[in-house]
Amino acid sequence: MSTKNNAWEYADSIESASHINLRKQYGLYIDGKWVKPSSNKYFSSSNPHDEKHIADVSEANEDDVDRAVQAAAKAYKLWSKISAAERGKYIFRIARLMQEQARELAVIESLDSGKPIREARDIDIPLACNHFFYYAGWADKLEYAFPNQQKKPLGVAGQIIPWNFPLLMAAWKIAPALATGNTVVLKPAETTSLTALKLAEIIEASGIPSGVVNIVTGFGDTGAALVAHPKVSKIAFTGSTAVGKLIQKTIAGSNKKATLELGGKSANIIFDDAPIDQAVEGIINGIFFNQGHVCCAGSRLFVQENIAEKVIRKLKHRMQSLQVGNPLDKNTDIGAINSKEQLKIIQRYIDIGIKEGSEFFQTDCALPVQGYYCRPTLFVNVAQSSILAQEEIFGPVLTIQTFRTVDEVIQKANNSPYGLAAGVWTDKGSKIFNLTSKLKAGVVWANTYNKFDPSSPFGGYKESGFGREGGLHGLGAYLK
Amino acid sequence: MKRVEVLKTYKIYIGGKFPRTESGRFYKVLNKAEKPIANVCLSSRKDVRNAVQAARKAQGSWQERAAFNRGQVLYRIAEMLEGRRAQFVEELMLEDYTKKEAQTEVDNSIDRIVYYAGWCDKFNQVASSVNPVSSSHFNFSSYEPMGVIGIMAVKSSGLLGLVSMLMPVIAGGNSCVIIASEDKPLCAVTLAEVLNSSDVPGGVVNILTGHMDELWSPLSSHMDVNGISTDGRNKYITKVQLASVDNLKRVRVYSNDFSLMQEQGIQFITDFQELKTTWHPIEKIGGASNSY
Amino acid sequence: MTAKYRFNEVPPSPSIDKVGVEERVKRFQSRSIKTTAKMQGLKMVLSMIDLTTLEGKDTEGKVRQMCFKAAHLHNGHPGLPVVAAVCVYPSMVGLAKSIVGKYGIKVASVSTAFPSGQAPLDVKIADTKYAVEHGADEIDMVISRGKFLAGEHTFVFDEIAAIKEVCGSARLKVILETGELATLDNVRRASDIAIYAGADFIKTSTGKIQPAATLQVTYTMLQAIRDFYDETGKMVGMKPAGGISNAKLALHNLVMVKEVLGEEWLTNKWFRFGASSLANDVLMQILKTESGIYQSADYFTLD
Repeated sequence: MSTKNNAWEYADSIESASHINLRKQYGLYIDGKWVKPSSNKYFSSSNPHDEKHIADVSEANEDDVDRAVQAAAKAYKLWSKISAAERGKYIFRIARLMQEQARELAVIESLDSGKPIREARDIDIPLACNHFFYYAGWADKLEYAFPNQQKKPLGVAGQIIPWNFPLLMAAWKIAPALATGNTVVLKPAETTSLTALKLAEIIEASGIPSGVVNIVTGFGDTGAALVAHPKVSKIAFTGSTAVGKLIQKTIAGSNKKATLELGGKSANIIFDDAPIDQAVEGIINGIFFNQGHVCCAGSRLFVQENIAEKVIRKLKHRMQSLQVGNPLDKNTDIGAINSKEQLKIIQRYIDIGIKEGSEFFQTDCALPVQGYYCRPTLFVNVAQSSILAQEEIFGPVLTIQTFRTVDEVIQKANNSPYGLAAGVWTDKGSKIFNLTSKLKAGVVWANTYNKFDPSSPFGGYKESGFGREGGLHGLGAYLK
Repeated sequence: MKRVEVLKTYKIYIGGKFPRTESGRFYKVLNKAEKPIANVCLSSRKDVRNAVQAARKAQGSWQERAAFNRGQVLYRIAEMLEGRRAQFVEELMLEDYTKKEAQTEVDNSIDRIVYYAGWCDKFNQVASSVNPVSSSHFNFSSYEPMGVIGIMAVKSSGLLGLVSMLMPVIAGGNSCVIIASEDKPLCAVTLAEVLNSSDVPGGVVNILTGHMDELWSPLSSHMDVNGISTDGRNKYITKVQLASVDNLKRVRVYSNDFSLMQEQGIQFITDFQELKTTWHPIEKIGGASNSY
Repeated sequence: MTAKYRFNEVPPSPSIDKVGVEERVKRFQSRSIKTTAKMQGLKMVLSMIDLTTLEGKDTEGKVRQMCFKAAHLHNGHPGLPVVAAVCVYPSMVGLAKSIVGKYGIKVASVSTAFPSGQAPLDVKIADTKYAVEHGADEIDMVISRGKFLAGEHTFVFDEIAAIKEVCGSARLKVILETGELATLDNVRRASDIAIYAGADFIKTSTGKIQPAATLQVTYTMLQAIRDFYDETGKMVGMKPAGGISNAKLALHNLVMVKEVLGEEWLTNKWFRFGASSLANDVLMQILKTESGIYQSADYFTLD
């Protein structure tokens, strides 16, 4: 038979961007107003797919951060007096307004971050809305969360979020902070400020008192100023372990409370009695979701040696059906790498892997000529001592190791400074619970991977950070 | 003729044994009147190292014990302490407590141990959750011990401060290395004897005496220590926090007045727990609907 | 192709996690098939249809009408393919063959005491022989679900192998009747047994039992075909039947075939839809895609 006659390629199916509403230039959202940055400096937010400019974003300096924190401190006095039920209703409003604008937010998120529209539309944005909805209901029920502990809000929360899930991370940070009666100054990542600024518009429209939420955009300096500000009583940070450590050093000796959600090198473990095709799918979701820009990515695959060949064969076959390309195409599985810098980092790791001599595999798909793209990548037969198996790559690169026994794989999985997440695939219940209780990780997915929910606490052990976000336990991070 | 009293040698407690400090040094503990009341080991950084090693070795099996069993072991500590209360009262009086104060301190310490003994098999039940996620998964969060905890005990308290910081840590399945109060270390060493004669496995609790200015650093910088519990009046707090950054130790600072009854609770246990969230798919079979 | 395997050569079947299968299926359903891909896909669907009538009240008149429709899907629109086959009871095979044979349309006959399969083997063999002798190009047999559920997998295997023997050059489609197998684990096991016993095609359903060809079931069977191909290099065909009544669902089936098996399977030699009402919905979609105007069922002949 001839393959040529049967060729059936998916035609372009580009999500329309005609309905989105973006300003040419964004100020800072401070005290309920859009203000110019005192530096008068702006930077460009661009599309990693075609490197085109999207909008200008303000660069906040120390003075701007101070203005924002002062506004939040002033608003805290009012906000903490508003009844809890009313506070909750504002948050419900925000959730609903976001739901109404969901498609627009999804398109902007995809344009600005490079993530596939399918993920922005089906995962990021709904989860972000749901997060507000979930925490809204907590506002007047806090005494049920921590009985007999008389918890109180902290004051001004300084929140710094990464570029991998821009709006979702903003929701993870802002929603519980507001529900517990804190006020907020949030700094989005410099490459992905736009949905946070859209969220500021939504927050403005919600009628929530001025200054309760402030959004300041900028680079690392802006974040550092926020961390160091004496009137900030809480730091919530999601990002790299290196920056997390810097923050810890900055706030040592102060009374600032911190939650850090940092890096990971999570193990995804496949036993020979696993539902193998679903496990392969779990591997795919584990490492190629969001281009691998996921702190809890299942980036270290452990396969039981007697099925390794089969799993790898199936994995390679499955990888070939991943569509890499224009993030706005509804059929795109893997979009653009968020920035040129990140692409370079990923390439460097791939080069190291090739040099180290592990078996290397990339899919055959054609890549767009422009933009920041990386093919889904495997390294097979990687040693535990390889750099690739130890350091967080934050890209679509999977390392594969084999193992023989349960004890061996538990030891290898835990043999890491990180402890964010882990995956276990087996049909045997008692084995699942043996592993889930022994793996040093804050989230363990058994026979699934990369699932998130507002009611489910998320956060790591060891150098993956501390504190939890999401769920009842996520409230604790914003109370004393 | 008056009988010659047998004096006690105050040793340190590592891995269920009572060695002298490897450094061979000691310091004199003085009372308020600046009168020496005992010679106590002046532990060194190597003692810290040995203690952390012992704590790590003991932690896994302590964690894996049934929570109910940990409760029994903690209760046993209270029983043993009750049996030796006269000795503790005496030592506290050497450290300038009045008799009444000393008795109250011992009573409260015993009661606090009983309090945390009761929590062992309950805190996880109270503080865990089943999370109603929107997808077809069963999702629950429960607590696990952090691992090895360094405790820098309350300086001003001979027994109750130490007990209040120690019990929630081991009730939750951690092991620990304690730096006893520099000024009032006697009960700490005697407590070690109590622990050793109750059913606490060797290495779960390790107790060092010595100078805080020498010991804070090796303990808080040790890469195999997962958390630090420190008295809020410790003058090294900032340094401890800085030294803890390298492996992101969880540092808890307690400025609480542990002589108060209310300064106990589940939060002191969960402070040294990690929350683990587990997901598993749920196959929806009800109704034999057309979903399959 | 005649696969000669013994029952003990059927490899252990992997377990199936149904929730994972549902998630995977959702990913297929999120594929957006537009413009040229849609048109090409729709025409492919038409060419893969086994146009079916399997009713107790079937008459020569009914079969004649359906056979004419098979060759003339929509006269108002030139350039449309004909369907792959018509599917009828053994008694109608001769008639059907006399009408559609000249268009290159195959005649498929159900057999083996369709739909229940509750008959002794010699009756099933006679049933099959009758259909083959009257010109059936393809035999759609049912497996003994009762035996399967009772754990008599060897019996099921041997029965399929026996029917395969009498098929001669006719291609054998093995109907698992997945709606009665109750779990995806059973679907997978039955698929493996059928394939190793010599099935040229595996087929989901008789159309008499709900649920029938859900995407979850079809996906599970496609994985069995994939694994057999990986092990042996031999292709087996797939036929979802029952419940596929609209174009969108049919296209998502093709997406699954493409991504699980590959484009080599995207031909009516290796993939079929068992359906009675799918064709018209596909035709309406084709006309809508060309003209931009939404269509009415009144303009498309029933059969």
